[in-house]
Amino acid sequence: MEKVAEKVSADTPATAKTVLEVEGLKTYFFVRQGVVKAVDDISFSLKAGEKLAIVGESGCGKSMTALSILRLVPDPPGRIVAGSIKLDGKDLLKLSDAEMRKIRGNQISMIFQEPMTSLNPVWSIGNQISEAVMLHQNVSRHEAFDKAVEMLKLVKIPEPSRRAREYPHQLSGGMRQRAMTAMALACNPHVLLADEPTTALDVTIQAQILDLILELQERLGTAVVLITHDLGVVAETAKRVIVMYGGKIVEEAAVEDLFENPLHPYTQGLLAAVPHLAALSTQAGEAASRNRLKEIPGIVPALVNLPKGCVFAPRCPHASDVCRNEYPPYEMKQPGHGVACWHAGKLAGGAHA
Amino acid sequence: MSPPPSESAASTIGGHSESGPAANVSFDAELARAGANVNSRWGMALFLAKRYPLGGVGLAIVTLFILVAVFAPLITGHDPLATNPSISLAKPAAAHLMGTDFMGRDLFSRVIYGARTSLAVAFGATLLGVVFGVLIGLASGYLGGWVDLTTQRVIDMLQALPTLILAMAMAAALGPSLTNTIIAIAIPKLPSIARVIRASTLSLREMPFVEAARAMGMSEMRIALRHILPNTLAPLIVLATAGLGSAILVEASLSFLGLGVPEPHPSWGRMLSESAAEYVRTAPWLVIFPGLAITFAVFGTNLLGDALRDILDPRQRTSN
Amino acid sequence: MPDGANDMNANVPVLDVRNLKKHFPVRKGLLRKVAGHVYAVDGVSFSIARGQTLGLVGESGCGKSTVARAVIRLIEPTSGEVRILGRDILSLSKDELRESRRQAQIIFQDPFSSLNPRMSAGEIVGEPLLVHGIGNKKEREERVAALFDRVGLRASQMGSLPHQFSGGQRQRIGIARALALDPQLIIGDEPVSALDVSIQAQVINLLMDLQAEKNLSYLFIAHDLAVVEHISHRVAVMYLGRVVEHAETRALFSSPQHPYTEALLSAVPVPNPRLKRQKRLVQGDVPSPINPPPGCHFHTRCPYATEQCKVEVPPLVEVAPDHWAACHLRKPLVAVV
Repeated sequence: MEKVAEKVSADTPATAKTVLEVEGLKTYFFVRQGVVKAVDDISFSLKAGEKLAIVGESGCGKSMTALSILRLVPDPPGRIVAGSIKLDGKDLLKLSDAEMRKIRGNQISMIFQEPMTSLNPVWSIGNQISEAVMLHQNVSRHEAFDKAVEMLKLVKIPEPSRRAREYPHQLSGGMRQRAMTAMALACNPHVLLADEPTTALDVTIQAQILDLILELQERLGTAVVLITHDLGVVAETAKRVIVMYGGKIVEEAAVEDLFENPLHPYTQGLLAAVPHLAALSTQAGEAASRNRLKEIPGIVPALVNLPKGCVFAPRCPHASDVCRNEYPPYEMKQPGHGVACWHAGKLAGGAHA
Repeated sequence: MSPPPSESAASTIGGHSESGPAANVSFDAELARAGANVNSRWGMALFLAKRYPLGGVGLAIVTLFILVAVFAPLITGHDPLATNPSISLAKPAAAHLMGTDFMGRDLFSRVIYGARTSLAVAFGATLLGVVFGVLIGLASGYLGGWVDLTTQRVIDMLQALPTLILAMAMAAALGPSLTNTIIAIAIPKLPSIARVIRASTLSLREMPFVEAARAMGMSEMRIALRHILPNTLAPLIVLATAGLGSAILVEASLSFLGLGVPEPHPSWGRMLSESAAEYVRTAPWLVIFPGLAITFAVFGTNLLGDALRDILDPRQRTSN
Repeated sequence: MPDGANDMNANVPVLDVRNLKKHFPVRKGLLRKVAGHVYAVDGVSFSIARGQTLGLVGESGCGKSTVARAVIRLIEPTSGEVRILGRDILSLSKDELRESRRQAQIIFQDPFSSLNPRMSAGEIVGEPLLVHGIGNKKEREERVAALFDRVGLRASQMGSLPHQFSGGQRQRIGIARALALDPQLIIGDEPVSALDVSIQAQVINLLMDLQAEKNLSYLFIAHDLAVVEHISHRVAVMYLGRVVEHAETRALFSSPQHPYTEALLSAVPVPNPRLKRQKRLVQGDVPSPINPPPGCHFHTRCPYATEQCKVEVPPLVEVAPDHWAACHLRKPLVAVV
């Protein structure tokens, strides 16, 4: 029986080298309604072997950030209009298409939400994994297939050599996501982008897959960017968290710091809005059943023609005139804890719960 | 660790490739391309015409033909049926723009009035095909069971025959008249329309909003008409428009074979058949002008149909 | 109202389900021969009292959505008994059934496909009134405006089409439509699962406010245990077509009696990074409901399974006061003779 290895000690020392550095990235969509600023001037970096989560609601730009890193933004209508994405110091936005193809699936790979549609139904699992291997490594078909079987074994698919000859529809959802993971890790990438990898799965299967990704991540030393809307998943997997809202990073902190001392009103609201399982919650009384949940009023903004000022201001209980007029600067309020809010200093600690 | 190729540094921003921090993206141009400044119905039409120029051409041609058909008496002073043996087979000239045929009838006015026949047949047959095709498709898809099984097998049989052969058989059986030509052309249209409607009905039937209608106590008939039918309109419009061209062509073919619209209605197809064998060398205008009319009418409706498919196809609607 | 007499009696459960079964035939081959059955719902019983919420949880394929549809005959059940306000729903004729739809309405998961894209929001909400011939045009419009106001939409939005609303707003339209006929029972088939976290809280609050106001009963189907715990008075856990545990919410979550419930609770990620739990992960996948394992359906994944579990179906028995579980490892309360 597997157990989730909980690690509190920092397993990514400050000295680890930075593998991915995103600077001032802007990905805009040009549509009939105007400019959709899906990703609007975001910067972050990822160290080797680090576990970073990007959390946010639909349309906050988290998935588009991942697609931008892989340069897979649908064009038209999308464009990366500014910024740089440096992988091991090399700017991906300056590469040719051919060079970029050598990066994808090799140095950066991605796991998608829907394991059924992200596998090709007409090829066997082993065939698809070995194809990924052959794209990037100079090996024979036979060797690549052996590698595929080895990868399936690594992701704990029982009877890997038989399963390798099966087709996606013959596997269950959980098995397919394992196969996707095997394919993503086959070339030993430096960075793994996991976009809602467990959202489509049942909760017992989700636990298995998260457990697997974490274990492999540690064993292979891959840096993981986990993109999710589920704060529970964030708390159980990530070391560092970026909160996105309206295409921007509104807060970034170590995971314990973020959950215990959220500085941005949006993060505070998000944490308070989630119902907690009373039986498992340590905060006594907080999850007493059938109380009203603390809701964030208003709607998730459409990213077309946003008003000036803070994107969250229309829903924020603390919004003042300055919030409605000017976007707040992103500042480090505490070591390793950045936030973009005019009132972050005043709100610190007090507002949550 | 190769340096970026220099040629990609400035210009190309296409496909899935962005080359460099693209300070060279012109927001205005991009937005114009996406149609962001469209704010009126006419603006929208203009934008679509720009985005689908061939569709615009198609629309213009179809509109032109409709105008010609409607205002035929205003366009030409000659009676298309009046014979004048003294000027038989006159060459195109100022008096008779397209010349005259062997009976001395003015070809220009016959081509103009021919638009009435062609369009009447095309629209009539399409309308008839759509009405019955929709009813059959809706019943087949929504009711399922033996209704579906029976209609599908009948449709299979109809589809096994080429359109023209089926239309010919129908026309021969019904006898020549304008109405019968319309019916003969409508019948081969039924299968494809019924198929499309059935397919969308099958998927719509499972939609939660249909379940919701059932859960609120709505009758099946009302669900079919109120919730399912309106949602099948987009593919229907595409199919109907694309079918106009083939209807014109089939009418011309039937008339060419003597199975179509009878005298005295001027028909492009019959004009061709009357002249093709005997006069194609001596009076080529008798073949060229009706032929051009058919070509342009079919070309126009096909262009329009293609553009409508692009615009209305739900798979392309995501960018809205 | 044919049920006026029953309405007087507060003890009659709003929804009473006995031994409900729904088997879908699986057809194969050219002749569409029945090759087997999907036991989507295989003998489910529960009841919901007035003003109460029953949460029905389970993973995909456990049959919870089939239960939701079968109790209001959107799907015809194979067998069993369903009473809404004491009235046997399964014996009604089609016309009687249409009339009885007023008492039970359903809210769907997907706020996009559950609204007809070609009808305005006002038409959608007013349609149940139109179908049942309630009021004239003006009265209906007033009622729709009142419903809009109640669910937190502006009456000025009545003319807008569904795609002009956000996901949360669309779910509010769905709720308004369900409320239009003043039903006693609302079935929510994952009504908040597709919503963003911040919006989910709004909709949960709205549903709970409406319940308090109108004394509604909810059959609330969800896979998110935290949400179910929050909104439900009682919870039933389903696994492959059967209820494996059924109890008052607090009891079920604080002392789960079935190994599957235990596994579910253990698998839920908790938004607290300092909380270090020993996770008890169950292995393997949910087996296919076409040929479910014999005996206890859960025995293939259960860490405690015995030989008995592999052959004998455990009955749902009371293992603690008002706490029911279907597990051979739990001893039933001694029956009072």
